[in-house]
Amino acid sequence: MSAQGWPRYVPIADHALLVSFADSIADSTSAAVLGLDRALAKSPPEGLLECSPALVSLLIKFDPLVTDHVQVQKAAEALHRTPPLDSNEGTVREVEVCYEGEFAPDIAAVAEASRLSVDEVIDCHLKGNYQVRMYGFAPGYAYMSGVPTAIQVPRKAAAVRDIAAGSVLVAGPQCLVTTLKMPTGWSIIGRSPTSILTSDESAPFLFDVGDQVRFKRISIAQYESRRATATP
Amino acid sequence: MTEATLRIKACGPLVSYQDGGRPGMLRFGVPASGPMDQLAHAAAHAALGNPDGSTAVEISTGGIDLVCEAGEVTFCVSGGDFQVFHSGAWTRSWCVRTLRAGDTLAIRPGQWGSWAYLAFCGELVCKQWAGRTATHSTSGIGGGSLSAGAVVKLRDTRVVEEREGEIPVPDLARPRKSARVVLGPQIGAFSAGSEAVLLGHEFAVTPANDRMGMRLSGPALALNDALAILSEPIVRGSIQVAGDGVASILLADHQTIGGYPKIATIVSVDLDWLAQLRAPDSIRFTAVEASEAVLMARSEASMRRQYLEQISVPRGNLQTRLMRENLISGFILG
Repeated sequence: MSAQGWPRYVPIADHALLVSFADSIADSTSAAVLGLDRALAKSPPEGLLECSPALVSLLIKFDPLVTDHVQVQKAAEALHRTPPLDSNEGTVREVEVCYEGEFAPDIAAVAEASRLSVDEVIDCHLKGNYQVRMYGFAPGYAYMSGVPTAIQVPRKAAAVRDIAAGSVLVAGPQCLVTTLKMPTGWSIIGRSPTSILTSDESAPFLFDVGDQVRFKRISIAQYESRRATATP
Repeated sequence: MTEATLRIKACGPLVSYQDGGRPGMLRFGVPASGPMDQLAHAAAHAALGNPDGSTAVEISTGGIDLVCEAGEVTFCVSGGDFQVFHSGAWTRSWCVRTLRAGDTLAIRPGQWGSWAYLAFCGELVCKQWAGRTATHSTSGIGGGSLSAGAVVKLRDTRVVEEREGEIPVPDLARPRKSARVVLGPQIGAFSAGSEAVLLGHEFAVTPANDRMGMRLSGPALALNDALAILSEPIVRGSIQVAGDGVASILLADHQTIGGYPKIATIVSVDLDWLAQLRAPDSIRFTAVEASEAVLMARSEASMRRQYLEQISVPRGNLQTRLMRENLISGFILG
């Protein structure tokens, strides 16, 4: 299961260990990251504070007053021998998207770059099997893999400022739904009324890393009515 | 129920509500936020007898001017060396006083330090996000930022005269010349000489210094261009180096993931005084082994606990105060 020399364990300051599984992105690497993340959540070693999964690595943060890098590495090595997570194991979440009008300023450019019609781009985006691989950049920014090859486009040369929250973005194989007004260099192909940042204190985010995501097309009218009911 | 109302008359940028922080959410892209100087924040609450991790107002070098419109409440100002003007009297941060209706309070930067804390014997009424008031400056989640005209509400306010007076500034809180780092985790992304450059030269804090991080100026740390690194997790204290070779230290509101390699990470016990540096203060880096960094965290945790316990005891009448001040200065100097 493990390639020669992997995983690698590197200490970070006095309070964390970075476990790296490969130096390039692959489904098997992601499964290994999520597998160790899941195993640590199930059997946390003493002093474990939190884990943060990224594309090819897992950050394990611990309390240095209770444990140290050596103990945490031993625990991680023992757990890494357990089978990795099945990529179909995550909960399936549905996210609604309106691909129309001002909500999709870049969809025509994506269509042109992909040599497809706008409707074909939408169909293709809806057919993707998305999985949340990591959160990053800003609170609730869930990076999903699974954009179909036919509509994979590179990032723009320069970022565009003040992109509205709820924008559905693509760049290469990755897709994300923004949660805050932020700049982005990714292509904006739709807008979602689905809140990724929930107001539920015990589960403030819609997804956990490893969850699968299905997009569902909605009209502008449906989008407006969802927003109207969502706002208190 | 006792209450107090304060009105902000003037206020610099980056003045926000901060409790002890919101740890445990790195996996959702949310850094812990909380105070830039955790020791000073803890000291303000300890000196007032508040539970650790209560909410305080974090004040930048932009300062703050406020007036107490109603009620009365004992407060503490801690952190760095800030000037405190309270209804005609002038003093320095690391003091406990009482604000009464009609009183004005102004806090301004002094000789050193970038962040001060204003804590109260009472509860600051502000928004929470995921159960915490800590404000994440870039998204605004949490209690939020203060600006001119804002009204600050306090409830369960108390006046505790036996806590009034000065509190000692611990040596642990004072800026030093050199910060200890553990090399990595992406030291392999740098060219061979970069480690020696990091450890052998002086860097300076630049004005690009906020709650997200502190950009340094100094010799370039050359990347090994063989391989672009993938986005990797970031922690508070990561020293990341952009493509131009410029190093930045990531602080309380850091991004949780980033594609720039991290040459080293500051040990946690050096983060509080480091956050208090100002442009153009200089800084050097000394490498320690990860195992040494763990031992430092343990020995300094007990020193911090001892200090906070000392200042949490009410000062009492004048005679007890004099006695205690002798004991504390003995401890601080020792």
